[in-house]
Amino acid sequence: MGPTCVGQGVPRKEGEAKVAGRAAYVDDLRLPGMLHGVTVRSTAARGRILAVGFGDGIPWDELVVVTARDVPGVNHVTLLDTDQPCLADGVVNHWDEPVVLLAHADRHLLEEARRRVHVEVEPLPAVLTIEDSLECRTVVWGKDNVFADYRVERGDPDGARRAAVHVVVGVYRTGAQEQLYIETQGVIAVPEPEGGISVHGSMQCPYYVQKALGPILGLPPERVRVVQTVTGGGFGGKEEYPSMIAAHAALLARKARRPVKLVYDREEDIQATTKRHPSRTWHRTAVDAEGRLLAMEVDFVIDGGAYKTLSPVVLSRGLIHSTGPYRCENVRLRGRAVATSAPPHGAFRGFGAPQSIFAVERHLDRVARDLGLDPVELRRRNFLHRGDRTAVGQEVREEPDMEGLMEKALEESDYRARRVACRRARERPGETVRRGVGLAAFYHGSGFTGSGEVHLASVASLECGPEGRVEVQASSTEIGQGTSTILAQITAGALGVDYRLVEVAPPDTDRVPDSGPTVASRTCMVVGRLVERCAGQALEVLRAEGLLPGGGHDDAQFVEACRVWCARHGPLRTHARYEPPPGIRWDPERFQGDAYGAYSWAVYVARVAVDTLTWETRVEDLVAVQEVGRAVHPLLAAGQVEGGVAQGVGFALYEKVVWRGGRVANARMTDYVMPTSEDAPPIRVHFVERPYAHGPSGAKGLGELPMDGPAPAIIAAVEDATGAALDSVPLLPEDLMVAMEGVIESR
Amino acid sequence: MNPGSQAVRAAGGPIRLRLQVNGHRREVDCFPMARLLDVLREGLGLTGTKEGCGEGECGACAVLLDGVLVQSCLVPAVQAQEASVETIEGLRGPGGLHPLQEAFLEAGGTQCGICTPGMVLAALALLREEPDPDEAAIRAALAGNLCRCTGYVRIVDAVARAAARLASGGPPS
Repeated sequence: MGPTCVGQGVPRKEGEAKVAGRAAYVDDLRLPGMLHGVTVRSTAARGRILAVGFGDGIPWDELVVVTARDVPGVNHVTLLDTDQPCLADGVVNHWDEPVVLLAHADRHLLEEARRRVHVEVEPLPAVLTIEDSLECRTVVWGKDNVFADYRVERGDPDGARRAAVHVVVGVYRTGAQEQLYIETQGVIAVPEPEGGISVHGSMQCPYYVQKALGPILGLPPERVRVVQTVTGGGFGGKEEYPSMIAAHAALLARKARRPVKLVYDREEDIQATTKRHPSRTWHRTAVDAEGRLLAMEVDFVIDGGAYKTLSPVVLSRGLIHSTGPYRCENVRLRGRAVATSAPPHGAFRGFGAPQSIFAVERHLDRVARDLGLDPVELRRRNFLHRGDRTAVGQEVREEPDMEGLMEKALEESDYRARRVACRRARERPGETVRRGVGLAAFYHGSGFTGSGEVHLASVASLECGPEGRVEVQASSTEIGQGTSTILAQITAGALGVDYRLVEVAPPDTDRVPDSGPTVASRTCMVVGRLVERCAGQALEVLRAEGLLPGGGHDDAQFVEACRVWCARHGPLRTHARYEPPPGIRWDPERFQGDAYGAYSWAVYVARVAVDTLTWETRVEDLVAVQEVGRAVHPLLAAGQVEGGVAQGVGFALYEKVVWRGGRVANARMTDYVMPTSEDAPPIRVHFVERPYAHGPSGAKGLGELPMDGPAPAIIAAVEDATGAALDSVPLLPEDLMVAMEGVIESR
Repeated sequence: MNPGSQAVRAAGGPIRLRLQVNGHRREVDCFPMARLLDVLREGLGLTGTKEGCGEGECGACAVLLDGVLVQSCLVPAVQAQEASVETIEGLRGPGGLHPLQEAFLEAGGTQCGICTPGMVLAALALLREEPDPDEAAIRAALAGNLCRCTGYVRIVDAVARAAARLASGGPPS
């Protein structure tokens, strides 16, 4: 074997095209005869559609008009359920629900036409909050507004609570958060001969789009071709919504018999597409005199919006992470995803875990405060160790060494000295800026929850050509996180060849197998393992044929071996299908077992400065220490952490979705504010590398982990700085001002 | 995307726009109130300039207009009459890529890439003004360009690297 490129900072495969401005995103593509499409949406949170009127002054006969009546197959977007219509028919269940589609070659005329379509709606009562939904006075979904209701029970929480020295109760909330990928959602649909369709667009999961389009168009999967174009960010927001917009473009293209481009503007994207689920979490925790966790009870509720979409799986991940990386033998957890009249909430980096981890980390700080214990010490006394069981009864098989990660984070951030210094500074009269430090300890499961990976049964393939060129074939998409680079690295490493010999095929359902969706921090660990196995098989085949020596080879030998093989047999192709690591079992009925094949572990420390005149909070330093197995590409891995942290800073301090009657009132970048280069803190990233036996080259999942820690660490730091009891995010200056009124009055 | 509807046309009939783009003389017919962004992308086929918000907040459409960094989604075409425009397609360096582009590659300053052209142009405008910026100056100069992927750490690093490289090899072109 040659020297491996895993662990090296090789150049990004698609990097040069991106920095040169040559990378072609969907809106950069123009096809001959192409029309543009727009969507007419509902203007009420809930109601009956009485009429759709087409106003004067528009040459309607020149436009392609599509309504629910034009759907040739089923009028729903298939995901976990079939409740979400592709186009509203008779009723609308949220603001900005798609009702009518229009296409024309002239974008200016089209925009005028959109404004002249009037959807007349007779309003019905709407449900706008989690509390309203649970109260069930108005039922907007099913019998009781509940999409999913999961319960977990281990040990004897009631007995443990009765015997406890302290019982601490708290309620914590997180708001909706917009993914805010800088490239908005968009696709181009092209009618193909004999009624087939191809769709090119910005997306995370080409096979999800294919599965949704077939039933809507009444086509078998092989007649629906889905190709990912260069994608300008996803973060979960392009997991399921592309199925909707692709279906719309496809309906227009079929009716028009011409290609149709449908690209959202920013306002439409924010108003109509999914966001992070708002959450409310209740904790009741029983501890002994030393602060050991005797019983943890959690009631975790997320607002799923008007349709089920992915809410049950967001719920299950959130619930499983709701007790954090702590040992507790007596647990009772309940998780519910409930319906409201908001546009459906969906996947966003972390997928339920940032919500429940915010709650448990804030709650542990409250427990520490009530007990007069240091938050560091409370955590140290309760961390999980090898052999312990998680809330869902999963035995921890790796040694997490959370103490080691925490110690590293405390050292790097100079936490102890800073905490004392901040306290002293706050006591000085006349200080208008108060500083504080806070930490969060957390873990994040890699890959699909429970038996999800077994059901997905993902496949990847490898093809070696006559010139020794190797092509990785997988449906895992490059969305900025580095898929094309790391899959090539893992393959080159396993083949023992130069990274430059390996390319990753563009995801195209006509060319690549279904390696599952690009979600859940699964691409590196799960799909990476598949391509590593493909590479191993290719080597075995070449060795068995006597074309490669058993002990090792150089690039020239590999190229020659491929040349001879291809001359004899044609291109060398290998495939691998997912196999779970040995001993993994999940019981979906009891919600018990091995929820994830592996976890990544982390401790983050934040230092903040709060201006007591304006109540603005700045994060001055953020130390992120994590164990993610082996970092395949340390530079890209650090970039994942830094990007996730910045989104976490936004989740904590900047990004507030303002709802007015069920509609987003701040659907612009002007008033939905994400961190700029001047707001994002210095982010100091440290990896503790401990190779994972079942990951490619020892890697585990990484992408979502850094979203979990910043918000609880930052809010803990603000609490340290101000003395206010803070239990929700986002915490904007006005929110802190209100929270401080109580503190100031009580002095 | 929404190019501004009839307001674009209400302001008057098409004009012949004459401008220098990346050093080349170009002529294109457009409405006077068309967005410079659309003139570049649709009229001239220069799709390296991106649209992220259409309201001047995100900086994905940033270009240099007579050397000044502007958001091309907010610039009416008529304002570019007889002007010089620099876009990402015009950047060159000794090895093909401009040192700023090379630095973005090496430092990990590009992930999804959609903000990169605007970021690179904002950085170019900075380095022409201030060849040796400190971190605060870099962060201030890039504050009109949003990046959702990187947390800015490696973008700031890329600009600092490019500044150092350019300082040893002459002023940026």
